Amino acid sequence: MVEVKIGLEIHCQLTGLNSKLFCPCQCDYQGEVPNTTVCPICLGLPGTLPLLNKMAVAFASMISLALGCKVQERIMFYRKNYFYPDLPKNFQITQYNAYGITSIGAEGKVDLGAKSIGIRRVQLEEDPGRLIYENADVNANFYTLIDYNRAGVALVEIVTEPDFDNPKDVRLFLDKVTSTIEHLGVCDIKLDGSLRCDVNVSLKEGKKVEIKNINSFGDVEKAIRYEITRQKTMSIREIEIKSETRHWDDARKVTMQSRTKEEEQDYRYFPEPDIPTIILGDQFISTIKTKMPELPDERKIRFLKDYALSDHVAKVLIDNKELADFFESTVKLYPSSPNEIAHWIISDLLGLIDDIKKEERSLLSGLRIEPKHIAELVKMIDQNKINRNIAKSVLSQITRTGEMPSYVLDKMNASLIDNESKIAEAIDSIFELEISAVRDAKQNPNAMNFLLGKVMQMTRGRADPKITLNLIKARLAKME
Amino acid sequence: MPNHLYRLTANQVTCGIKNGQFSAQEYIFQILERIEKVDNKVNAFVLVDKQGAIEKALSIDKRLRDGEAVGELAGVAVGIKDNICIKDLKTTCASNILESYIPPYDASVIRSLKENDAIIVGKLNLDEFAMGSTTEFSRYGPTRNPWNLEYVAGGSSGGSAASVAASECAVSLGSDTGGSIRCPSSFCSVVGLKPTYGCVSRSGLISYSNSLEQIGPVGKTVLDVVMVMNSIAGIDENDQTTKPIRPIATLTSEDITKSNISSKYTADQNKRNITIGLVKELIEGADPAVSKCIYSAVDLFEGSDCKCEETSMKSIQYALASYYTIATAEASSNLARYDNIRYGFEYDPEGYEWNTYFSNVRNNFGDEVKRRIIIGSYVLSAGYYGKYYLRAHIAREMIRQEIKSLFERFDVLIGPTMPILPFKIGQKIDDPLKMYQIDIDTVIANLAGIPAISMPIGFSNSFPVGLQIMADDMCEQTLFDVASFFEKIVDVRRSPEI
Repeated sequence: MVEVKIGLEIHCQLTGLNSKLFCPCQCDYQGEVPNTTVCPICLGLPGTLPLLNKMAVAFASMISLALGCKVQERIMFYRKNYFYPDLPKNFQITQYNAYGITSIGAEGKVDLGAKSIGIRRVQLEEDPGRLIYENADVNANFYTLIDYNRAGVALVEIVTEPDFDNPKDVRLFLDKVTSTIEHLGVCDIKLDGSLRCDVNVSLKEGKKVEIKNINSFGDVEKAIRYEITRQKTMSIREIEIKSETRHWDDARKVTMQSRTKEEEQDYRYFPEPDIPTIILGDQFISTIKTKMPELPDERKIRFLKDYALSDHVAKVLIDNKELADFFESTVKLYPSSPNEIAHWIISDLLGLIDDIKKEERSLLSGLRIEPKHIAELVKMIDQNKINRNIAKSVLSQITRTGEMPSYVLDKMNASLIDNESKIAEAIDSIFELEISAVRDAKQNPNAMNFLLGKVMQMTRGRADPKITLNLIKARLAKME
Repeated sequence: MPNHLYRLTANQVTCGIKNGQFSAQEYIFQILERIEKVDNKVNAFVLVDKQGAIEKALSIDKRLRDGEAVGELAGVAVGIKDNICIKDLKTTCASNILESYIPPYDASVIRSLKENDAIIVGKLNLDEFAMGSTTEFSRYGPTRNPWNLEYVAGGSSGGSAASVAASECAVSLGSDTGGSIRCPSSFCSVVGLKPTYGCVSRSGLISYSNSLEQIGPVGKTVLDVVMVMNSIAGIDENDQTTKPIRPIATLTSEDITKSNISSKYTADQNKRNITIGLVKELIEGADPAVSKCIYSAVDLFEGSDCKCEETSMKSIQYALASYYTIATAEASSNLARYDNIRYGFEYDPEGYEWNTYFSNVRNNFGDEVKRRIIIGSYVLSAGYYGKYYLRAHIAREMIRQEIKSLFERFDVLIGPTMPILPFKIGQKIDDPLKMYQIDIDTVIANLAGIPAISMPIGFSNSFPVGLQIMADDMCEQTLFDVASFFEKIVDVRRSPEI
């Protein structure tokens, strides 16, 4: 077994802010007319100076603390110099730790249960603008359009140590980090491009290959698998693996060579002179700590304790803040059966959601389901007003119509038949029709179930199965 | 109405206009006429905003007629170095690469001046992107010294100093990265201040070297410089490196009425018992024609209750190397944005691939700018950062510390502003190293971040000599007290015949 080393660089836009990292422009550029959410500062016009958004520092500190990092006392910004048309100043204001640690967070650790992943650093930086090609084939364009609306939006970069040795752990880690960011309320992860991930993959003692352009977190796992296979194949055939940057081809699901890193690009980092060194004292950090919302790990412990959920169920709920919040709102409405509610959410409700939405993590968007629906449904089940099979079809209808379960049930005219005489009538007619089965049923439980099925069929599933079964048993016993 | 309104100081202008001795319109017409008459010789202005100036003057006159309040600089003709952004007026940095750039916003200092009713008459010549010490590296040609038109005016704010010396405006703004205000002020016999780093907002100043430079005023008198500072100094939310200015400890209401100033700084001419440190290295390195002039000034000070003592500043030997390393490093990054995508000059990109177009665009920098970009990129590159950039910062810190310890003993440090007298245009332009060396006396204040002023101290072979006074961090007021005291006892104010 060849040892594999994987490291991640996650970029998270701080969409929870109102304004960009260094200017007062609104940071929400989604759907805006190109080059309208811009000002002299984010366009890098001559003479403008960056004005650091203090809220961004607070958000990045929260992320650092949530990922187990030490929040540094002295924070500095650096310039990363490179020429690219989407970069208004031709340098990016970012952070850099080569000359002493001055990024907001460093030396963190994220616990994945069996193992833990080191966080090398958490840093703040500005997003560049966006290049827009009218023709999908980049080389077929005679010109490139530039939209600077995104330029200057605050990004937090999270860099892990190369502590992963398999893609499954990467997935677990990404789920946890995503949920953490959601819980902190700093980033709306459903927005297109708000969360991006680059991956480094290397075989033991091999060269590092960087994979960029992985647009969805689901593809991160695929890209890693592909890359491991590619590198292993090359190494078996004794082809040299070069240190390079590869792009993930979204359509073909393969990594493609983009730039050979034979010469390391020289970014000529130096401290940004226009932003004074920021001293974050103990007081700042303790204030941030008190403002921190409940994090996934804490929430899970509370779920296990307060609701007596199983470890697995709690994890599935909490990996997606939307689900966990939905669960808690439902329990608030109907506190008697948290376990039942949890099961209805993670197996039945999730079962109705397609994979694309799961990938986008926008689970409940487009569904008309609300906590009050699940609360009522579970209550009806507890009171034996509806059986599970019917409840499932009621649920599926609610997600489309948003009607209350009791209303749907009435409309279906499907109230459970618990009147013993009515069920007995049905049993009578089935016993007359299925004489051989009745005979077998005395010895064979399968035949008994067959009879039960027939009764259910006749009552269109409305007969209470428990009562029906008891009546059948009693009737059979009487025949002896 | 006095005949030569254009010769008045800023203080005389606002007083005259507010007291009804003459109107802002009468004054500004004389200024515009003066510019028309002499600027073809001096070449201080790169753009004159006649219409804007006249409109502003008319509005001031109207408000005065209507009994409305006007600002503290009401009517004063101000020239602005062409690396400071003025909304809707071309700002070129004397570079081909910004030939047609029109900023959509005002620099913070411009907003302050406008609010105080100064009249902005136009943009002033400079070395391209403020890189130079003579104003010869300009796309508009060199600014000439009003005292002798064959000679350089100094730089890079050559236009700012020459325009005031030639009475084309009462005061001006320049920028000082390594002496760019003080050098031409010395060469043209006017008063020029490099404020403490963080004292004046840099928002709207087109960056050359962010950690060193400051905008500052040039005027005919210390009081004029103080008046401009009262308008532009202080914290600005658009520049996070600005700091609160140190309030005046002993400001009486009498002072305020006397100097027509309601806030911040004064020009108190009764300062006594000043402890002066004469920096040995600076004076020894100067041309005898310059040092002779400084020594006779020192004699005058000593005869007027000042304690003058020679002192040494050892770290000066590292100043130039440190300065040019830091300045070029920052410049190489600051100037990276000029890719002609969003603004710049007329150059059709049709038919070019991006890399070719970009290279062609960047070829429009002048040689001195290219030289500094290349040096700056080199000192920041991997493997050389520690050898050059980091060591330059260590040297900078040494200089800062040594200066700090000197201010425990002295109120101010003095020496010549420039080690030499003005020289002929074209004489040094081909020798960058010689050119860099003349900045030795001025770069210290930028490296240490302290305020420094250059004031006329006399003439040598009919060329002006400037005295440089440096004070401790945020001690502008000390500088003004000392400078106005010196101004009174030395009094060499003259006007060039032009």
